[in-house]
Amino acid sequence: MPTRRAKIPATKYPVERFTLDNGLRVVLTPDRSAPVIGVAVVYDVGIRSEPEGRTGFAHLFEHLMFQGSENLEKLAHFRHVQGAGGTFNGSTHLDYTDYFETLPSNALERALFLEADRMRGPRLTEENLRNQVDVVKEEIRVNVLNRPYGGFPWLTLPPVMFDTFPNAHDGYGSFDDLESATVADAADFFRRYYASGNAVLAVSGDVDVAEATELITRHFGDVPARPAPKRPDFAEPDLTAERRTSYTDKLAPLPAVAGAWRVPDPVTDFAGYLPYVVLAEVLTDGDASRLVERLVQRDRSVTSLGGYLGFMGDPFDVRDPTALLLQAHLPPGGDVDKVLRTIDEELDRLATDGLTAGELERTQARMATHLLRETDAVLGRALRMAVLEQQRGEPGLLNELPRLVGEVTEEQVRVAAATVRPERRASIEVIAGGAR
Amino acid sequence: MTATVETGTRPLPPLGPNRKLKLPKQAERTLANGLTVIAVRRPAVPLVELRLWMPFGRTHLARGAMLAETILSGTETHTATQIAAELQKVGGGLSAGVDPDRLMLSGAGLVTGLDRMLEILADVLTGATYPGDWVETERDRLVDRIQVAQSQPAHLARTALLKRIYGKHPYAIQTPEPGQVRAVRPPVLRTLHAERVHPAGAVLVLVGDMQPERALDAAERVLAGWNGDGHTAELPPAPPLEPGPLLLVDRPGSVQSSLRIALPAIPRTHPDHAALQLANLVFGGYFSSRWVENIREDKGYTYGPHSLVEHSVAGSVLVAAAEVATEVTAPALLETTYELGRLASLRVKPEELEQARQYALGTLQLGMSTQAGLASLTSAYAGNGLRLDFLAEHAARLAKATVDDVAEVAARYLAPAKAVIVVLGDAERVAGPLSALTPVRTEPA
Repeated sequence: MPTRRAKIPATKYPVERFTLDNGLRVVLTPDRSAPVIGVAVVYDVGIRSEPEGRTGFAHLFEHLMFQGSENLEKLAHFRHVQGAGGTFNGSTHLDYTDYFETLPSNALERALFLEADRMRGPRLTEENLRNQVDVVKEEIRVNVLNRPYGGFPWLTLPPVMFDTFPNAHDGYGSFDDLESATVADAADFFRRYYASGNAVLAVSGDVDVAEATELITRHFGDVPARPAPKRPDFAEPDLTAERRTSYTDKLAPLPAVAGAWRVPDPVTDFAGYLPYVVLAEVLTDGDASRLVERLVQRDRSVTSLGGYLGFMGDPFDVRDPTALLLQAHLPPGGDVDKVLRTIDEELDRLATDGLTAGELERTQARMATHLLRETDAVLGRALRMAVLEQQRGEPGLLNELPRLVGEVTEEQVRVAAATVRPERRASIEVIAGGAR
Repeated sequence: MTATVETGTRPLPPLGPNRKLKLPKQAERTLANGLTVIAVRRPAVPLVELRLWMPFGRTHLARGAMLAETILSGTETHTATQIAAELQKVGGGLSAGVDPDRLMLSGAGLVTGLDRMLEILADVLTGATYPGDWVETERDRLVDRIQVAQSQPAHLARTALLKRIYGKHPYAIQTPEPGQVRAVRPPVLRTLHAERVHPAGAVLVLVGDMQPERALDAAERVLAGWNGDGHTAELPPAPPLEPGPLLLVDRPGSVQSSLRIALPAIPRTHPDHAALQLANLVFGGYFSSRWVENIREDKGYTYGPHSLVEHSVAGSVLVAAAEVATEVTAPALLETTYELGRLASLRVKPEELEQARQYALGTLQLGMSTQAGLASLTSAYAGNGLRLDFLAEHAARLAKATVDDVAEVAARYLAPAKAVIVVLGDAERVAGPLSALTPVRTEPA
């Protein structure tokens, strides 16, 4: 079969950047192909920044940002967004917390008003705090405690790989810590991290740049100026010896395993980092990928398999330290050691023999589709550009990603594969306590 | 007590004028073999989305599920690995899924690879071979996956609800037992493919950065050779809901209870549908609903309650779902029944209706604003005999519905007396409190 590569296309979303006097950074990316907009506000604080004894606080605080603000009663935010025909949400990541809406474009000013109002300050009350602690506990029960493989591996693997509290702790939080949270903690957290100088606003979609700029200045211009706090250094040394642990999940019917390997700094060494993003896909994307072919089809030693960058699967939205992860579910009675050994063997083979003809090109073409598809959603563009601005000062990188992924060479992928060694691996095994 | 801000008096900015719903450029053609092809233009990114909807009702459950797992496992000319690699070369991918209504092949790729994706699709449709070793592997994997599903409370609650509301209808059981899957062999898959994977009644939807007529030409050129033989099967209409005692499915040790409430509903084309959609929104169909504001934002019983009108070929049903803390299972049911009863008995406030209406109209716009959203919507509509034009009709009905219309449909469809209730949870802890509210029948999981 011929191995001619598909030409990798690019998007040309325009990017306008400016900074208000209070330090708020703004990104506009107009696109008038549909009458909808995306609005995202990203604060440079996440799970890694929460204090000891307050695990889960960044996420709990995210909930509190929806509980009313200067001009908005509790419930008003939800009603105003949805009553404008829009949807909203927020999410807490390792390095940032985002708040976002997607709406018909006639609601632009309303969305800006809502975000500016809570940037000036949420209404932090004892009643709302207790209510949201209860809601968050139910969220944790749904996503972790009442289901098999809850928190695997995003909550269970970091404490194996990392030694310091910021990188290792449970970002959903313990019930004890959540229940100990106070309104004063929340007020401190807001003052420290939710500063205009620590935030990025991005607006995408059906907007006129001049009009949007005027509206943004009107609504955010008088948000009191507070500087960004100094971001702590979360660096940890790489592993020098393998780390391995296991636990029994009493609901899990099948064994599972996940391994993680440190990768270069995604921000300061982007060129060194990108080959790992490609490597994860070469290994696991679809039936023609290396590890699926070997482990699922040939050996039948795993039943499902995934590979990705970042504990939350966010390759371009995370800072150092981060990792390449591989995870697999095994058939009943499966042998985790054998699976890990086979992964080592396949990485060794890749590092030694290189890729087959066309293997890299087809993986890169598929990655381009995934990247382009994400940017088709107006909100996807606002969110990604906001984080790219915050972490790199480079929102336009979104347009470049398919091409940059496509320029990664076979040699770079081989070099990356050669570093994915058992002695640098942190792994965790799920013992199937629910096997029948 | 307010820790950070004083309340202020800045006014909420008004909304600008509503943007009119604008349908994208599209074209449709029915090929000689019976396949309908619909192509829709959205040039935003240089990709194409593909959805092939094939009627698949009354198919043997385990065989149907296995066919979906293995239809991409090889043809006369390509192995499974080659199929995947050839698709990847054009940035493409295909996956197959099955439900009691249809078999669906879906995917996306670079628009420059549309012809190649269609060629591979045609190869699979006309020449899937179901090779023995692949079928064996996929059989084991499906059994594994079913076991994982059966350990998840959401799946168990869904299974119990379907069985309770559909009785002997084919919709009653949608996941095969591992033993049935293990019995499936390649010859029966080849037979099933020959009988049911055919173009009559099937709809192919293509959405993306291409001229619709040209996409139709490409589809016709490549898929004309897919043959029209085989049989179709009509699904009987879904039975009406039969209210009765609350069904409590025991899951010892569960830290939450999965609450499921089924209520009657009607298809998208029914004159009541727009008003029902609005009534459902006011009840629990979006975050700013009475139910969510009550049991989440006021009481803190739950994280993500939601209710939805589900449309299938043989009938529609409204399902409300919440995972609630075990100790508040009965109070959560009490509030749920209260909110349903309130809606069925009292008129909604005009501002509540307006808010729901704006949400319904706005989310129509949002749903159409991506290639993937347009493709899924076009395909779901087409599978139920509708076209995108129906969006405009539906939007007009949403715009027109009055408080009286909503009151009337709420009484007709959302009355708690018409509800079928299923709870999955720790019976030892929740049976007593639930029995104080309603008769309870307990079953093991």
